[in-house]
Amino acid sequence: MQLIDKSVIAGKRSGRLALNNSMKWAFFLCTTVGLVVLVTLIVDTLMDAVGYLDWDFLTSFSSARVESAGFYGAVIGSLWLMVVTVPAAIFLSVATALYLEEYAPKNRLTDFIKINVSNLAGVPSVVFGLLGLAIFVRAMAMGNSVLAAGLTLALMILPVIVVSSQEAIRSVPSSVREASIGMGATKWQTVSRIILPAAIPGIITGIILAISRAIGETAPLVVIGVPTTLLVTPDGVLDSFQAMPMQIYAWIKMPQEEFQYLAAAGIIVLLAILLLMNSVAIFIRYKFSQRY
Amino acid sequence: MVNIMTKEKNTVTRAAGTTVVEDRFRDSAADDGIREPVFKTNNFNLWYGDNHALQDINLTFNQNEISAIIGPSGCGKSTFVKALNRMVELVPVVRTEGEILYLENNIFDRKMTVEELRTKVGMVFQKPNPFPKSIYDNVAYGPRVHGIRKKKVLDEVVEKSLRDAAIWEEVKDRLNENAYGLSGGQQQRVCIARALATEPDVILMDEPTSALDPVSTTKVEDLMHELKKDYSLIVVTHNMQQAARVSDTTSFFYQGYVVEHDDTKIIFENPRDQRTEDYVSGRFG
Repeated sequence: MQLIDKSVIAGKRSGRLALNNSMKWAFFLCTTVGLVVLVTLIVDTLMDAVGYLDWDFLTSFSSARVESAGFYGAVIGSLWLMVVTVPAAIFLSVATALYLEEYAPKNRLTDFIKINVSNLAGVPSVVFGLLGLAIFVRAMAMGNSVLAAGLTLALMILPVIVVSSQEAIRSVPSSVREASIGMGATKWQTVSRIILPAAIPGIITGIILAISRAIGETAPLVVIGVPTTLLVTPDGVLDSFQAMPMQIYAWIKMPQEEFQYLAAAGIIVLLAILLLMNSVAIFIRYKFSQRY
Repeated sequence: MVNIMTKEKNTVTRAAGTTVVEDRFRDSAADDGIREPVFKTNNFNLWYGDNHALQDINLTFNQNEISAIIGPSGCGKSTFVKALNRMVELVPVVRTEGEILYLENNIFDRKMTVEELRTKVGMVFQKPNPFPKSIYDNVAYGPRVHGIRKKKVLDEVVEKSLRDAAIWEEVKDRLNENAYGLSGGQQQRVCIARALATEPDVILMDEPTSALDPVSTTKVEDLMHELKKDYSLIVVTHNMQQAARVSDTTSFFYQGYVVEHDDTKIIFENPRDQRTEDYVSGRFG
């Protein structure tokens, strides 16, 4: 008995293959749209920046005069900012993710918290700025210091790292957890020796995305009141500082056309530093992926 | 349902020269008299939420014996071995009642920590589950988590464990390679070596050969036979021939009850319960 009509199958075959092929091209086209926009943006910025991007630009402080204005204070300030933001964010987020995935009792409260952590990732950055202003700048009297801004940005990127770390921790197979626990290892030994090393590549992916967002973020810094004109670099985390996105924003607002080119140069420097930081992270991720 | 409790049967001295279904693994060591119980359960009950998964289990397992646990899927045999080292409690909704005595100590007593219990009662799992680390680091993991740091001691433990697990010759030149690069059968023997490295008293095996090919299965079965000189083994198996080949005693679990527990020879040749006979002769399950 034949349930399947072979002629129907033959008739459908060319359609299936055509769809298969066109899907590939559709996906390729979508990828191209993003790429073209990105390349245009970078090339356009580079063209604007090219005459202004020199050693003086990197070593001079900000100035109201185009010819002497530089990016030095902003670069150093942003690096200081990352020194506070990155460790604080990584430590808090990974610990939170570990608690939620490995330690917290499996109940509705935990589920509720997990959902809300993901929702937190969607809160506009300016809201985090207001939070930082109220808590760090005012209530804890840190002023517009590196510490206040760094912690604000850390809170802002926390949900991104928490969610990606949760995902990475969850993807460690439970069979290796059981193997470790079954040998009399404690929970912490299992977490530190088995789960974290296996989850690190995924966690780092989250960290890369988060840092990329933090280093270019402007709105919270505006709310906190980060200065755009400052002729010193900070000596410690309690000092006032400049930041790259703030400086770029300030230049773009200037009426003189030359400042637009300075802003372009600033954007290129910001992108370069971001790329440098990310390559370090990608290298670490690669090192860990090798072992698994 | 009739629940035949046969714990008193364990203390019966086995006649010298007993032959069971298959003789390949019999040796005199299995027949030299009364052994000390290593595990003894008293009216042990376990629930997954409302599901009464294990009901009034009264069993005794002796030292230096291989005890097989057989039964159809879902009969509670895996749950039972996982209760012996309290791994079953990783499932949040589990509730237990009754006692499990490990060398006379109730494992649910507060003075016995789960870490201590699991150090003495090792486990080999159904699917090979090596850590994503080198072969050396896999085997050294247990000693390391218990605080052994000296390289020389670790080296010796790793070699001895791998030798005991009958895989040393295959991996001695690639100890620093990732254990994931081994075949399934080799991985499982590395996992057995890993369990041996903590020098436990008892090794629980939850269907240790179900994911292996016949050649690897034979190797692991040979290995079990070697291991019982130094360890007590409690082995869950789906494979009745395996139970008949390797074990000294067999417990038949059915729907959460122990239907019959006796010398393997009796279970396979002259069972007292009709259901046992039906199961071992392949009429259901």
